[in-house]
Amino acid sequence: MPDINMAKAINMALNEAMERDNRVVVMGEDVGPDEGVFRVTEGLHAKYGDKRVIDTPLAESGIVGTAIGMAIYGLRPVAEIQFSSFEYYAYHQIEMHAARFRNRTRGRLSVPMVLRCPSGGGIRAIEHHSESREAIYAHSPGLKVVMPSGPRSARALLHAAIQDPDPVIYYEPKALYRLFREDVPEAIETYPIGRAQVVQEGKDITLISYGATVRAAIDAAEILEDEDGLKPEIIDLLSIAPLDTDTIVNSVRKTGRAVVIHEGPRTCGIGSEVIARINEHAIEYLEAPIKRITGYDTPIPYFARERAYIPDADKIVAAVREVLSF
Amino acid sequence: MPRTPIDIPHKLEYLSILSENGEVDTKLEPKIEATKLKEMYRWMLFARRVDERLLKLQRQGRIGTFPQASGHEAISLGSVVNLEKADWHVPAYRELAGFLYRGWTLEQILIYWMGYEEGAVPPEGTNDLPISVPIASQLLHAAGIGMANNLKGDKNVVMTYFGDGASSEGDCHEAMNFAAVYQAPVVFICLNNQYAISVPLTKQMRNQTIAQRALSYGMDGIRVDGNDVLAVYAASKEAVEKARNGGGPTLIECLTYRYTPHTTADDPTRYRSTEECNTWMAKEPLIRFEKYLKTKKVMTDADFKTMEEEIDARINEAITNAEEACKKPPLSDPLKMFDYLYAELPSNLVEQKEELAKHLGIEITEKETRDEAGAVGRGK
Repeated sequence: MPDINMAKAINMALNEAMERDNRVVVMGEDVGPDEGVFRVTEGLHAKYGDKRVIDTPLAESGIVGTAIGMAIYGLRPVAEIQFSSFEYYAYHQIEMHAARFRNRTRGRLSVPMVLRCPSGGGIRAIEHHSESREAIYAHSPGLKVVMPSGPRSARALLHAAIQDPDPVIYYEPKALYRLFREDVPEAIETYPIGRAQVVQEGKDITLISYGATVRAAIDAAEILEDEDGLKPEIIDLLSIAPLDTDTIVNSVRKTGRAVVIHEGPRTCGIGSEVIARINEHAIEYLEAPIKRITGYDTPIPYFARERAYIPDADKIVAAVREVLSF
Repeated sequence: MPRTPIDIPHKLEYLSILSENGEVDTKLEPKIEATKLKEMYRWMLFARRVDERLLKLQRQGRIGTFPQASGHEAISLGSVVNLEKADWHVPAYRELAGFLYRGWTLEQILIYWMGYEEGAVPPEGTNDLPISVPIASQLLHAAGIGMANNLKGDKNVVMTYFGDGASSEGDCHEAMNFAAVYQAPVVFICLNNQYAISVPLTKQMRNQTIAQRALSYGMDGIRVDGNDVLAVYAASKEAVEKARNGGGPTLIECLTYRYTPHTTADDPTRYRSTEECNTWMAKEPLIRFEKYLKTKKVMTDADFKTMEEEIDARINEAITNAEEACKKPPLSDPLKMFDYLYAELPSNLVEQKEELAKHLGIEITEKETRDEAGAVGRGK
């Protein structure tokens, strides 16, 4: 039962997948001898060489477009976009081709490809290196979008993404890379894409989150238990598209209250979709309006102000108290 | 010595073998068997007649907006005939002759322009990609296919197509750079028809040729007469052989003219003169190829007539077949919009499909099922 951080867990999954399946190739900027700017591809180039660990020219559309061609040819490319904001350079390849080849060829061609994208703030990065834009891709039909919340889910979700027959965008909340360690099982574990997890059972309110803010929700729940005697239920979505409506709805039917937490901007964010699904399937169970604790509808501020932007336990605690006092 | 010339080890050539009058440069003339020459002409003529008929069908409202390909047959066919079956054809959208040659049925092509994704399904057993509408984006797929080919140690070649307008897109640059860096076996065929909708070549770029860009990527480039099927054939044959033997990518710029509007929705009289178009009409590719075939006694007047009749009958038959197919499932079934987006239909799409089925009052023929764990699968 190795106790490892999330960067190591992702690295472990890449190595395991490459060992098991020689169709798996890793590609991107600086993923070779440099082993990635976050060292996530550590040891892979030394072990698998130039052919399977490909340092590409600095061109995101080029990376995604050629990965699409490689996937169509029968490989399983795992392409790294060095920071999620650089994905915009490749948006047309993702939306117009990766997401659509299966559909427009009625299943004859498909793009089993993973895009790994370090995402979110919290590491005092320079401008354009801290965005959370998963909602854009959740809005693009034909893609799957997942985001782990720690070492164990990172490894299990990456295996699922690599094995998936369709293109998966795999966001790595980069604030978590080395934030904490967690036991991961010896044997390879796979979390099904499209399924959320109840990380803590409760009864008074449902906290729904994913990625880095799951940690904030867990911290908030501790404060609420200690100070208010409350037992919140916490859901880690893990999969943003498709979204696990059943797990969300079942929990809200039980607790009657919810707060949705994510780092991306509020308007048309994932929280909007979560609340719409609750409205469609469980509105009669609600005791109070649902609150959203999210990034604001501004760009994430340059690092001196980013702490004020990113959802934290205090904001969640305040939101829960407000919902309960409705 | 602060300033010295840098010797760039590439030469740029222009290749023309068959003049617009049908005179051939015998020193450059490729050796092509008579049966193959006849076959090549047949595919070019077939594409031309199909294109002309598609225009009529569009004017009658029987197909949607489509980009005509008349005048581009020498480029598409002259290059594609150099591919083996296992090679890859990665087209843009004016390679009608190439599609037909590679085994796409005319029915399928019609079905595509009638508005169905089913027309974009590559025929079984081919390594073809469908039409690519987003300009230049397909060039990267070609580069990636070539990279994967090298990685697996295969000996296939990828042929991909783009226009002069596409040469301004970033993807064009990225694709050529990737292909060159990894020595991917890609033949980039540029259909330089001098217009991107209304924007002429002079506003597209300042450089003299598109071919010269190859030099900056460290690959070979050549400009050929794109109305000369023999020149296109010879240049692409050389490029395919080189790519197959590990020599990397080549850029072939084929100079032609866009004889037609950009699409059926375009009106070229707004931006160019009839005189200009007429000048180029004299250079179009079929007439000079006909002259060549007659001079070489590959085909007689009677042969041309028979070929026209056969093609006409085949087009009529295909139109009937395609229009009949549209009336039946799967084409007539709007619920098919849901079925192919993912390998397995996720629950939100199951829900939305049921919603539309209920609204339209139709039955779902393919039932989605949930396994014990709740995952959605597709059952009958």
